[in-house]
Amino acid sequence: MVLAVASEGRAGRTKRLGRPGHLTKVSGLGLGVSLIWFSLLVLIPLAAVVTTAAEGGWDAFWHTITNEQTFAAIKLTVSQAFLVTGVNIVMGTLIAWVLVRDSFFGKRVVEVLIDLPFALPTIVAGLVLLSLYGPKSPLGIDIANKPSAVTVAFLFVTLPFVVRTVQPVLEELEGDVEEAAASLGASRFTTFRRIILPSLIPAIAAGAALSFARAVSEYGSLVLLSGNLPFKTEVTSVRVLSSVENNNTEAAAAVATVLLVISLAVIVILDIVQRRMSRRG
Amino acid sequence: MDEETYEDDAQRDLDREHGPEGVRLAGVLYEPAEPGERAPRRRRKKKTRATYLFRFIALAYLFFLVAWPVSLVVKNTFANGLSDLTDLLSDPDAIKALKLTIVVAIIAVIVNTIFGVGMALLLVRYQFPGKRLLSALIDVPLSVSPIVVGLALVLVYGGRDGWFGVWLEDHGFQVIFATPGIVLATIFVALPLVIRELVPVLEEIGIEQELAARSLGANAVQTFRRITLPGIKWALIYGVVLSLARSLGEFGAVKVVSGNVLGQTRTATLMVEEKYLNFDKGGAYATSFLLVLVAVSCIVVVSLIRPKEKRK
Amino acid sequence: MSIEIAGVGKRFGDFVALEDVNVSIPTGQLTALLGPSGGGKSTLLRIIAGLEEADSGRIEIEGVDATHVAPQKRNVGFVFQHYAAFKHLSVYRNVAFGLEIRRRPKPEIKTRVTELLELVHLEQFADRLPSQLSGGQRQRMALARALAVDPGVLLLDEPFGALDAQVRKELRDWLRRLHDEVPVTTVFVTHDQEEALEVADEIVVINAGRVEQVGSPDQLYDTPANDFVMRFLGPVTQLGPDLVRPHDLELHATDPGDGLPGTISRITRVGFELRVEVASADQVVLVTLTRTEFAALGVEQGSPVYLRLAHGAPTVPVQTPVAALDEPDPVPA
Repeated sequence: MVLAVASEGRAGRTKRLGRPGHLTKVSGLGLGVSLIWFSLLVLIPLAAVVTTAAEGGWDAFWHTITNEQTFAAIKLTVSQAFLVTGVNIVMGTLIAWVLVRDSFFGKRVVEVLIDLPFALPTIVAGLVLLSLYGPKSPLGIDIANKPSAVTVAFLFVTLPFVVRTVQPVLEELEGDVEEAAASLGASRFTTFRRIILPSLIPAIAAGAALSFARAVSEYGSLVLLSGNLPFKTEVTSVRVLSSVENNNTEAAAAVATVLLVISLAVIVILDIVQRRMSRRG
Repeated sequence: MDEETYEDDAQRDLDREHGPEGVRLAGVLYEPAEPGERAPRRRRKKKTRATYLFRFIALAYLFFLVAWPVSLVVKNTFANGLSDLTDLLSDPDAIKALKLTIVVAIIAVIVNTIFGVGMALLLVRYQFPGKRLLSALIDVPLSVSPIVVGLALVLVYGGRDGWFGVWLEDHGFQVIFATPGIVLATIFVALPLVIRELVPVLEEIGIEQELAARSLGANAVQTFRRITLPGIKWALIYGVVLSLARSLGEFGAVKVVSGNVLGQTRTATLMVEEKYLNFDKGGAYATSFLLVLVAVSCIVVVSLIRPKEKRK
Repeated sequence: MSIEIAGVGKRFGDFVALEDVNVSIPTGQLTALLGPSGGGKSTLLRIIAGLEEADSGRIEIEGVDATHVAPQKRNVGFVFQHYAAFKHLSVYRNVAFGLEIRRRPKPEIKTRVTELLELVHLEQFADRLPSQLSGGQRQRMALARALAVDPGVLLLDEPFGALDAQVRKELRDWLRRLHDEVPVTTVFVTHDQEEALEVADEIVVINAGRVEQVGSPDQLYDTPANDFVMRFLGPVTQLGPDLVRPHDLELHATDPGDGLPGTISRITRVGFELRVEVASADQVVLVTLTRTEFAALGVEQGSPVYLRLAHGAPTVPVQTPVAALDEPDPVPA
């Protein structure tokens, strides 16, 4: 999958000779062009969000954030994201374990199922979940327009993240380290707790960060499933959208900035985790 | 009661090229006394009750969260036979939406591939100040909410009071509420995907072969075409397929920048929402089915490529 | 603590790794399991440790049937070829691991770990991570770690295989001296005959899943049981229907009476040693002798000479025909 955290660590170890060289004229030009493109597409627009949010001054910003409905949305989004990330840490590690250590017929299908939430359009994800957990559910479970709809939608879209960061690390674990622990008297559980888990923690942290950021940003899957009911099932991105639709760009930018700050925090964490992982060697 | 399976990690042992001292182990150490005497070292994995328990929990979780819901969408699409699908495909507005989605996605993939390859090469082969910052910033589009993406683009390229948008629109170039805006939004969200696949592979290949080619007189383009490109082939395809899936499926960002003008800026994903909210459930399911089909195809292709990519 | 291996067999699918292996290892001895790669010696070692289970037969460790006992309970120390260091733990914590999980009191752990680190000369690296050590240092740490829990048996699986030739020689020496100091029953696996001959008290030669011979280094070298053992332990050449050691052949300029006539076909000088190929009957026989010895003969390429096997030299009937320059597989340098 996409997540380069583990694989960068791996590449660091197996890196062959070849230090990066200094920029030549051609590559310098290429870099310049790329930077202009990247700025026009990503950096400047994101800067515009932050600037617009700051335009009204700190008071206006704070006022927007603490608006009752908005604040409720932020609270809901963050708390649900935390909850879901917690579940993902456990389930993601477990699923990765099963993928790496177990072998059974149909494992290929499992791999496809795990990647599906990443490739599926979010609006379709909403429809998909609605089929099983909405009014016409064959299971009789109807969580449409309830807070648990937010939980289920988040769980769906964040499914691949922890699994895909943990899986390569598990695959690389050398079997003789576990045998060494066994020969020294450690039970299977002790070996997992003291030897395997510590090696996994950076990967789990990376996956958790990505999972959290994804959940907090989610929009599409909630449209049909949660009904976007204020104070009940309305998430932060919905608030941003309603501000946009009301042409209240300052308010939209303010709330958007909150989301950006969270994303920024995630990236910082990821960078720190990456550095720790390559140091371990 | 305990099952036993065998796993061949002889290949792993052989692949262990570099010991900590940098000593080449594979060829030297594991050479048999006589050829053909090579014995695969197989490690037995005992299946305990815990194994079955974990397997059950994992499979049940995936079944109730992904497998069953997705299969229900397929089922509901064909609840009225093929009529939902045929109705959809004979609606000219729907066809326009599908076409738009495909065109936008292809443009986005091409742009991101070119940018991705260039950026990956720059990041891996060259040193310059701010490299790490740039590398971290490239990951940003993956963590940003699609609504925020849309808002950001509107603020800059919006016709009314966008930073550049006003000037652009005055010169006849409308971005927001028109196709170019959708293209930009789609490029934005899928931007890191190709780069993130290429960077590790480029690092692992190393620069030696390229240096050798240069020393033999090849220029940059020749080196790239004949030496680098074949090396990153599978990773590149992998990245392209991923960004294709992502580009076809973008919803939130496109919703903000498109204004959802029927027949003009409505994409397939927007169509799903619209049809469902207008009680055309059949149409919504049919469109979703097509999108699911595409997503699954992309993943299947990717999962077939992954072993090839890994072996590199 | 002695180890009894009785009738042990092991297959992996169709492949027979071990067949009817019977070995008895006395307490306190340093034993080598020697043989070519894929021959089954590592498998046997892992079966002793409990990391593999035999399909048939019995393993007894100090009179106690350990055949089905989990590795955790066998009180056996194991050292791996690639060190199996706990990467996230310091050298100190690595060595202390076995004691920590047995919940020994902290002061006791400290004493024992310090003692062991001094034994392996790693005291100043106690707080480093394994990734900051060289290969040789990591292996010494692995040894200290295995010894920390006072195992009754110490098993080493090609312990120096991953190291530079120079480091390998040093550690080989060091292992021998360590064993003299701490006489734990030790079994180590190697495919390097020089290593086995230099270090071990007793060698078990294993080939294709079977025990070819058991004996002291001298016994194995001077009285090899068969073709395979003779080839594996030193250079061989074929004289008539037998295998002999090239340095056991005497070269004479004149017929000593019972000499085999031949002609010198090739002379190769390697340092102080000369390798002389003699064409005799329908064979090419290799003779090695010193420069001085050769000079005294006054012969050269093409000269007629006589070959005679030294009195009492070991011979073994040939099982597979040998070329003149057949030597055991070169030690990986």
